[in-house]
Amino acid sequence: MAELVRHVETSGVARVTAPIYVLLFPVPVVLFIAALVTDIAYAKSATITWLNFSEWLIAAGLLFGALALIVLIVEFCASRAIRAGVGWAHLVLFVAALVVELFSMFIHTRDGWTAVVPAGMTLSILGVLLALCAVGTLFRVPVTWVTYREVAYREALS
Amino acid sequence: MNIRTPLAIAACMALVACSSGHDNFDKSTQYGPDPQLPEPSRTLLPRMGISKVVGWHPGEAPTVPQGFKIEAIATHLSNPRNVLALPNGDLLVVESQKDGKEPLERPKRKVMDWIEAKAHGGTGNGPSNRILLLRAGADGKPAEQTVLIDNLNAPFGVALVGDSLYVADTDAILRYPYKVGDTKVGGDATKVVDLPAGPIDHHWTKSLTASPDGSMLYVGVGSNSNILERGIAAEMNRADILEVDPKTGAFDVFAHGLRNPNGLTFYPGSNTLWTVVNERDELGPDLVPDYMTSVKRGAFYGWPYSYWGQNVDERVRPQRPDLVKAAIKPDYGLSSHVAPLGLAFYTGSSFPAQFKGGAFIGEHGSWNRPERNGYKVVFVKFENGKPVGQPIDFVTDFLKGDDARGRPVGVAVDKSGALIVADDVGNTVWRVTANGATG
Repeated sequence: MAELVRHVETSGVARVTAPIYVLLFPVPVVLFIAALVTDIAYAKSATITWLNFSEWLIAAGLLFGALALIVLIVEFCASRAIRAGVGWAHLVLFVAALVVELFSMFIHTRDGWTAVVPAGMTLSILGVLLALCAVGTLFRVPVTWVTYREVAYREALS
Repeated sequence: MNIRTPLAIAACMALVACSSGHDNFDKSTQYGPDPQLPEPSRTLLPRMGISKVVGWHPGEAPTVPQGFKIEAIATHLSNPRNVLALPNGDLLVVESQKDGKEPLERPKRKVMDWIEAKAHGGTGNGPSNRILLLRAGADGKPAEQTVLIDNLNAPFGVALVGDSLYVADTDAILRYPYKVGDTKVGGDATKVVDLPAGPIDHHWTKSLTASPDGSMLYVGVGSNSNILERGIAAEMNRADILEVDPKTGAFDVFAHGLRNPNGLTFYPGSNTLWTVVNERDELGPDLVPDYMTSVKRGAFYGWPYSYWGQNVDERVRPQRPDLVKAAIKPDYGLSSHVAPLGLAFYTGSSFPAQFKGGAFIGEHGSWNRPERNGYKVVFVKFENGKPVGQPIDFVTDFLKGDDARGRPVGVAVDKSGALIVADDVGNTVWRVTANGATG
């Protein structure tokens, strides 16, 4: 472990951004999942409140998603470790999820049924799947996010 | 890859931003009793064209046809939205603006607030929510301007029955004792009946008229939503024309399914009520045509379940096939998103004979289509009490390019037979006379 820690210290920026990213990244994922749940509730009940919930949840998800993405991009620029490992897959999947959810947001601003059925809900499902795949990339290494970079860096060096 | 991802995102955003403003549809096919109805078209974002308010510069005025002239008879007002011509030649001008914001139920509301604020310009010149009396001077032009009633709550409709002046605030019909010729009302207001209002009060203008014998009042109450997206409970007694007994305040729904009915007026010499109605948004630039129609007692005009008869609006759930089956078609299409808010039948005699009995319609103008529509006063000829032919542009050039110098709202015909137009964002009242006409 001592050797790994030494490698991490080579990127001071990543040492700051990584813990922030760990806090931010799950927020949009959870909000997008919640929006899918409220979409289903609306499709089942046609009760307009569920549609309003979906719109708020997706909007909040995009807001936190954008913040997380900024932190991730900073980290990408600063850290060779993340660029060398599964970081790319994570970035691409996460950006794809955000783009899909952005389109979903526009669809959800429609009034009434067609805000959800079928396009809104389809995009919600797709966005959640992409976000979950982005989560999945983090499980490549079953340790904390910071340690993941350490391992990735070591793999790249070896 | 490094650079491609942001580029792809940027490309997607650009695609969204410039969702085509091109519109090949011939909107004149939507005038009259049988408008062409294209398929609903939904883009990722609704197509819009919001006119920035620039106001009238000194010397500028709307354009009227050859043989007519137009002049401003009151300027620097504060959101004049409606006019009532009194039998002695006086004019009542209703200055009005809704106080308070609609509840923030969804993020979209923020965007809509911004759009509405932009399309509406500033707050006018000083106090609003009052009724002004304009009195003609010796040369036939209003010279005198007095505040008849102050401190109203977003008033719109006004109707005179004998010695009673009825004012439709956004939340109630009020009665003031008033004798034509006076410059003051004869006392405090008596509330006739409460009207559906807050906390949302989306379509807040309450158009008002009295039956020819003065025994009943008719008030237009617009919907609280575009197409029921605030739930059915928010629409209690809304999208309706209510019939009110002014003596008791008892009311009944006279007709329903009219999304935002304004310009309530009885056809001269008849017991037929007419209205102009703002139809729904976000089905494309050429849906749904706004319309003018005679109003049948007890009839259902479609909103929100269907439009122009039996064209079902798929956005509304649960659906109501029973109501859709009963929906009747309006009389006359005005084309989509023109936002008709004023209606006056020509009862004067100073305009050429073809105008007699025809309808002037104040079209406030569109926002839900890229290419502007409305922003003018049109004239529709009537024969045997029915609209015929295509509308004629009568007062135009409220737009300069895509900017709004003014937007017409309420219209009236004064004692001399001149057409009066309230211009809310232009903060002006216009008077159109025929050349050679006296007064």
